[in-house]
Amino acid sequence: MSELRYREALGRGLREELLRDDSVFLMGQDIGIFDGAFKVTEGLLDEFGERRVRDTPISENSIVGLGVGSAMLGLRPVVELMTINFSLLAMDQIVNHAAHIRYMFGGAVSVPMVIRMPQGAGNQLGPTHSHCFEAIYQHIPGLLVATPSTPADALGLLKSAIRDDNPVIFIEHESLYSKRGEVPDGEHIVPFGKAAIRREGDDLTIVGISRMAVVAEQAAERLAAEHGISAEVIDPRTLRPLDMETILASVAKTNRCLVVEEGWPHGGVGSNIAALVQEHGFDDLDGPVLRVTGADLPMPYSRPLEQLAFPHEQQVVDGALRTIGRVTAG
Amino acid sequence: MADKASDPPPIQRVSEGQLPDPETAREWLSTMTLIRRFEERAGEMYTRAKIGGFLHLAIGEEAAVLGGARALSDRDWLISTYRSHGHAIARGTSPDAVMAELFGRATGCSGGRGGSMHLFDLQRRFMGGWGIVGGNIPIGAGFGLASSYRGNDEVTLCVFGDGATNQGTFAETMNLSALWRLPVVFLVTNNRYGMGTAIERHSAVTDLTRKGEGFGVEGMRCDGMDVLNTFETVSEAVAIARSEQRPILVEAMTYRFRGHSIADPQRYRTAEQVAEWKERDPIDSFATRLIEKGLLDQAAVEQIDATALAAAEAAVSFADSSPEPEPDSLYDNIYALGGEVNGQLSSNSPAAKENG
Repeated sequence: MSELRYREALGRGLREELLRDDSVFLMGQDIGIFDGAFKVTEGLLDEFGERRVRDTPISENSIVGLGVGSAMLGLRPVVELMTINFSLLAMDQIVNHAAHIRYMFGGAVSVPMVIRMPQGAGNQLGPTHSHCFEAIYQHIPGLLVATPSTPADALGLLKSAIRDDNPVIFIEHESLYSKRGEVPDGEHIVPFGKAAIRREGDDLTIVGISRMAVVAEQAAERLAAEHGISAEVIDPRTLRPLDMETILASVAKTNRCLVVEEGWPHGGVGSNIAALVQEHGFDDLDGPVLRVTGADLPMPYSRPLEQLAFPHEQQVVDGALRTIGRVTAG
Repeated sequence: MADKASDPPPIQRVSEGQLPDPETAREWLSTMTLIRRFEERAGEMYTRAKIGGFLHLAIGEEAAVLGGARALSDRDWLISTYRSHGHAIARGTSPDAVMAELFGRATGCSGGRGGSMHLFDLQRRFMGGWGIVGGNIPIGAGFGLASSYRGNDEVTLCVFGDGATNQGTFAETMNLSALWRLPVVFLVTNNRYGMGTAIERHSAVTDLTRKGEGFGVEGMRCDGMDVLNTFETVSEAVAIARSEQRPILVEAMTYRFRGHSIADPQRYRTAEQVAEWKERDPIDSFATRLIEKGLLDQAAVEQIDATALAAAEAAVSFADSSPEPEPDSLYDNIYALGGEVNGQLSSNSPAAKENG
């Protein structure tokens, strides 16, 4: 095991895949000479050269489109969009094209590409630069969606994503890039569709998405220390495919479920998981599935307002207490 | 406003050109005629509700379609738009498979999943069939990127209409293609209307050969009503793209005789204008030229037409007697399955295999 930062684990994954397979190449704004806006691609241009590591103009829709075309001919492009906010400019290529090509052409070709991008609030970047869009991407058939929350998962899921024959939306988190964690040495692969149980518990299940898996784990420690509550924390790790088996097995044990996400509540990841839990595990539930989500608003710039607008440990602790009926909601 | 578009700009011919050998000339005329008869039959089938959705016919544009396609070798790639029945047939896809796709049948070239706007034939390197205006432009450049990345000498011909030159992807992709020296020929089928909006009303610069120049993409123009001139011009562009590894933009001046789609009352143009362009019918004019030069006689031209009519009729019969897709195939091919997480390409990905 080695201790790596999340960004270093991603960089290691890219490097290992570039070494393994010549059809893998990287494209994105400032990923080469600048080393990447978040330094994920540091050193890769020097090692692999401009054929494999390509700085692009600021043209999100067409960068993704070139990725789609090259993937249709069998290359394995890894496109970095500087942040998930800019992926809105590439929505036509992602949804109408990357996601649908295999189906609409009768299975004749695949689009083995990865679109990497970070999301998240907390850096006072205001309404246009603080989005969490996993709910939008998990909605779309034809895409796979990964939301790694630890350095080990960042590495293992990225390697799976690059080797997969489907288009993968790989959602990183800006606030996790500097987080350290143990990463296995040697080949480390994390399969899609396998949730991680971060902490075992009996009183309730907390499902945390992206950075909120980390926040949920911290909240679970406080629930144990301060309230004597044993929470089981699950990180689905991928939202398409979504490992409902692990979530439902946990709910069968705890009979209570809380979903924590940073994105908006209407039509969010939590809405979906809550619907699936009640459809498939209603008899196991002793109470409603609750959610802790980002606030239903454009993200404000003001530091105190922004801090109010996305979940922290305290909101998760409060949400857990409500979920098990210790505190009356509202 | 329609009268503003009545006078085509002067055609800048790259050469007067020699007619091809008789066998080639016959094939060009035969394929253009087949495309025409196929589309006429498709239009009839649409009005009989055998075909759903939209149906965009390229009747009148056959020289631009075939002249461009014949400038490619078998190893090159062709990517088109939602008006691509002719491109698929020109590339060698059987009219049966194209008509079956229009009918939404399991035997269609996209398995009944794509319809008229999303035809596909990987084996013949006909790479769609794309429904979003301008969406195919960066994808075509992506094919060029793959060729450049692998260091082979394949060229991509990326076809789109005059209306697509106003999309952001056009500007972005012109820049990227010139910057990265991609071997792509962008062929603008300028039929003078973006749906019902005349070019003078949709583009500040109506000389489309200039629209790539600011991005570093050289422009050429051809007479898209003349298959020989189109062939020669696009061939020159393809040769440059192949040998010099850089993109070229070719504007083919043409005209569609039918509406944008079948449901188009055509209030944006005059009957006189349509009639004027029909006098330059690309198939009739080529046939006349071949007869005048003694390459074919009238009987041969009539025989070509009869053969085309029969093929179009056979395609309708094939499509109509083909099965609908099985209900239990509804979820097929959303995802590539079986090749995940092992670094191996899917067995369902022949493009990857072929080129990997």
